[in-house]
Amino acid sequence: MSNTPKTLFEKVWEQHVVVEPKGEPTILYIDLQLVHEVTSPQAFEGLRLAGRPVRRPDRTIATIDHNVPTTIEGRLHILDQIAAKQIATLRQNCADFGVELYDVDSPNQGIVHVIGPELGITKPGMTIVCGDSHTSTHGAFGALAFGIGTSEVEHVMATQTLPQSKPKTFRIAVEGELPLGVTAKDIILAIIGKIGTDGATGYVIEYAGSAIRSLSIEGRMTVCNMSIEAGARAGMIAPDEKTFAYLKGRRFAPQGAAWDKAVEEWNKLPTDEGAKFDREMVIDAAQLVPYVSWGTNPGMVAPVTATIPDPAKTDNELDRKSLERALEYMDIHAGTPLTEIAIDRVFIGSCTNGRIEDLRAAAKIVAGHKVSSHVSAMVVPGSQLVKEQAEQEGLDTIFKDAGFDWREPGCSMCLGMNPDILSPGERCASTSNRNFEGRQGRGGRTHLVSPEMAAAAAIAGHFVDIRTWEVNEEVTA
Amino acid sequence: MQPFKTLTSLAAPLDRTNVDTDQIIPKQFLKRIERTGYGDFLFFDWRQTPDGKPVADFVLNDPRYAGAHILIAGKNFGCGSSREHAAWALSDFGFRCVIAPTFADIFFSNAGKNGILLVKLGEEEVGILLSNAQTIPGYKLTVSLEDQTLTDGQGFSAKFEVDPFRKFCLLEGLDDIGLTLRHATELDTYEAQHDEAVWLKAK
Ligand code: SF4
Repeated sequence: MSNTPKTLFEKVWEQHVVVEPKGEPTILYIDLQLVHEVTSPQAFEGLRLAGRPVRRPDRTIATIDHNVPTTIEGRLHILDQIAAKQIATLRQNCADFGVELYDVDSPNQGIVHVIGPELGITKPGMTIVCGDSHTSTHGAFGALAFGIGTSEVEHVMATQTLPQSKPKTFRIAVEGELPLGVTAKDIILAIIGKIGTDGATGYVIEYAGSAIRSLSIEGRMTVCNMSIEAGARAGMIAPDEKTFAYLKGRRFAPQGAAWDKAVEEWNKLPTDEGAKFDREMVIDAAQLVPYVSWGTNPGMVAPVTATIPDPAKTDNELDRKSLERALEYMDIHAGTPLTEIAIDRVFIGSCTNGRIEDLRAAAKIVAGHKVSSHVSAMVVPGSQLVKEQAEQEGLDTIFKDAGFDWREPGCSMCLGMNPDILSPGERCASTSNRNFEGRQGRGGRTHLVSPEMAAAAAIAGHFVDIRTWEVNEEVTA
Repeated sequence: MQPFKTLTSLAAPLDRTNVDTDQIIPKQFLKRIERTGYGDFLFFDWRQTPDGKPVADFVLNDPRYAGAHILIAGKNFGCGSSREHAAWALSDFGFRCVIAPTFADIFFSNAGKNGILLVKLGEEEVGILLSNAQTIPGYKLTVSLEDQTLTDGQGFSAKFEVDPFRKFCLLEGLDDIGLTLRHATELDTYEAQHDEAVWLKAK
């Protein structure tokens, strides 16, 4: 073995190479596959047809999140028969193939990318896949985690490996101190706005720098979560004391001597001094502001203090057409200040911003206020554990007193595969990750923001610069 | 998987960039548990008005392009969600080849697994093809995976890159799981040793 300095990504990659057949992609070992109801039925069916078992049920964990209604009544009687069938199919498949399932009535149910970390299943140095593009979330622990298609889900079920060509590496260092009111969500929106939705295609991003290190684990997950929105294969952050403190004592974290050994191994993962990246970028944290997306992809973002951009200023014809189309779809006009845009709905939740810290941050803004009379707002905790914790802290009361709906965990309005959808023409401030046309419901208009910005928008009825918000400390305390 | 060798077909121009998989196949169709039958839902929200009428100016509703097996699109085609349903819908609708300046990663591998050839060309070349397909009636392209060439019989000709292994799999229509299982012995050895790393255990 040479002593060449290595990146975090390279270390994890190399530890998982099963074989490198000449002229073919590397066969990479997968430590953990997460499964949900939407992208798995055809994979299980493929196994069944080929007479193959799930090779490692102990490295496979399933939950139900995308389709499930977020009201108790809705969960008991799922009206959508096709969704109900998909959920029943996952139950049957998990039973048939011996895969552990956190079902709707389990205290561990939740969005797949929320439960992996909170149960201590996600660990530094692992390779993790899921038939879901936001698998990149788990990279916040220093795991190599990426989304795959259903054929690949089947491949991993059958072989616990995936043929993979080695991606390139891209280090994005966010240096300095984040200004007050600027969150992890703003960091990632700023990055996507800067490099574009295909800016990191073919790369694994390592987020580094003092502003990233100063983020909580939840904040790091928010950043890694949206790596895919910049086209990246995965996002990663080196594990450190915060990572270990987060994991320690969690249900599936190693215990006792195994814990010490684990920490020793995990401590070897961070990128070595002098390791080379294929591409590097530095961002000055002090320059960051709260962002709002105004268009129909997550690259179309602007500072909350900005106005809607003018497509006429774009030279490239296809790009200009896309901008024009986006403004038309969003029903907004060049030159309008973002803070003048009135909203109808607010969604706080998703695997991007549905964790306990996100709910705490939003509750702090909401405390002592009322949701604007023309806004309908909802909070959907990312998991049962998040919900329970929030209720212990009384956050649910703060939200409910202000007029928010307090729901059961699931993907909810992040993608509207369940009853939570926007009606055509409705405009939503959302803490989720995608503002594609129709993402939250056909004809719906999505603006991506941080939980704090979403909370403030719910109360004001339009976007506000969170840096000017006066927190009602008495109520929060 | 159906092998891909050469294809001569009408080419449909979709002059949009960043076409995401939510558009290729909207989520309401992801609740099905089958692998087939997604063609009717391809670009559903772009093809149909909310009350179910065809959108007249959407390219796939234009009778000129009926039966096209080749789709030409702007950069970053297939971005967003990992849903393989996007590849299933394209293939079920009849598309066997998509030409664009760039493709998103996950879509790229999903397409390969479903026998869809993705051809990457420069933005300028794609621009020419888009405009030819829009303006020349009955515009056809021939794509040869063997030779890695794309021609229109009217003077346009381009070479494209394709990963040799992907080319081999597409030409032969090979199933990946079978290919990986050729390495079963190495896998067993690796796995036994890897399982000793308790810090990488899931549970
Ligand atoms: S919350 Fe949204 S992005 Fe996250 S897994 Fe669910 S649908 Fe996907």
